[in-house]
Amino acid sequence: MHSILEAIRAAVGLIASGDATLGEIVLLSLSVSLSAVALATLLGLPLGAAIAVGRFPGRRAIIVLLNALMGLPPVVVGLVVYLLLSRAGPLGELGLLFTPVAMVIAQTILILPIIAALCRQSVEDAWREYEEQLRSLGAERAGAALTVLWDIRFSLLTAVLAGLGRASAEVGAVMIVGGNIDGVTRVMTTTIALETSKGDLPLALGLGIVLIAIVLALNAAAYLVKEAAQRRYG
Amino acid sequence: MILPLRLEGVTYRRIIEPLTLELGAGPSTIILGANGAGKSVLMRLMHGLLAPTHGKVSWSGENPRRHQAMVFQRPVMLRRSALANVVYALKIAGVADAHRAAMGALEEVGLAHLARRSARVLSGGEQQRLALARAWALHPQVLFLDEPTASLDPSATREIEALIRAFDAAGTKVVMATHNLGQARRLGDEVLFIHQGRLVERAPVDQFFSKPASAEAAAFIKGELPWV
Repeated sequence: MHSILEAIRAAVGLIASGDATLGEIVLLSLSVSLSAVALATLLGLPLGAAIAVGRFPGRRAIIVLLNALMGLPPVVVGLVVYLLLSRAGPLGELGLLFTPVAMVIAQTILILPIIAALCRQSVEDAWREYEEQLRSLGAERAGAALTVLWDIRFSLLTAVLAGLGRASAEVGAVMIVGGNIDGVTRVMTTTIALETSKGDLPLALGLGIVLIAIVLALNAAAYLVKEAAQRRYG
Repeated sequence: MILPLRLEGVTYRRIIEPLTLELGAGPSTIILGANGAGKSVLMRLMHGLLAPTHGKVSWSGENPRRHQAMVFQRPVMLRRSALANVVYALKIAGVADAHRAAMGALEEVGLAHLARRSARVLSGGEQQRLALARAWALHPQVLFLDEPTASLDPSATREIEALIRAFDAAGTKVVMATHNLGQARRLGDEVLFIHQGRLVERAPVDQFFSKPASAEAAAFIKGELPWV
């Protein structure tokens, strides 16, 4: 018990003193995960909306597949991206392995299905309400889908947050494709795993506290935005 | 002019039995019948929201879609201002100066003072008036109304009925589905009586209520009257 308290005290000290190593790691984590979320949102929302309102053969199979992919194991995504980017792999010449870019790619693949699948569900529910009215007004299907997407944009925050939660919490994918290189690809989760096994609990715990605080703050902000929007727009 | 509208041998699954009729310009038409008779489905077939299983729905004139509008029982409003909802419809229809036309339509239904308010926070009656303004702005030749007052209180219902009369007076062909006999009498010129997916009777409104030609219509009038 005493050593835990000790570690917590040291962790808080690290955070309070603005430790440079800790700051660097937090910054890299955020930039990797937020980049992945931005990319996955950009691709996932239109993809989800298209599947929601589209009528094409194989649609139901795609929905099942997409839902299943929400549970992709990060280490498997890491392994596949590793194989693609490794020197002998098809994209090896780009030299991306063990760089932050590789981590962004892996996390994007990991969370794209989450954002697309949740968006698909939201748009499909809204579509039931909007479809007749929008068709009656003469809107084309693609245009109507974009209208619905924009109209429920605040509900879609939840889908984006689910993606962010997944990206910022996973270790497996970034560990494999990033390599956990000190000062280059070391992020919060991989550092926590490493420092814990080394026995340096204060840094691990400090990062854990920061990680949880960031996720909590982002979710609180999103909740407030959504609530304000609901009051304003109904 | 996109009228007359012709339905030839139109069926829809097992909801609408083979139906042939022609709707011309002029008198407002009430599609009357009990819940589940097929009124809404018939109206959606006419408006083109549903494709008939068999048969043909045909309009005259060019670009018939552009010249008809529909108001639903529950208006669907986008999460934007009342004005923006009307502007949205006008932009799809390709109307120039959509902003001014939309403002004019809001004035027409008495909602100009709520133009900037978000449409979804308006009351049920106000939202339905907004739906009428959205239709009005398009200057449709034919206006379909699907039980437009079914979920409104009496005072909101009166306002909506007054607006429907104004549409009618302005020369728009009004086609309205309702199960409310009082409303049919107040707003209708002719009645299409639908019973279990069949067009049982078509008659001028006075004649329909005083001397219904079919047993089904007589029973419907008798059964409904006490609650008018």
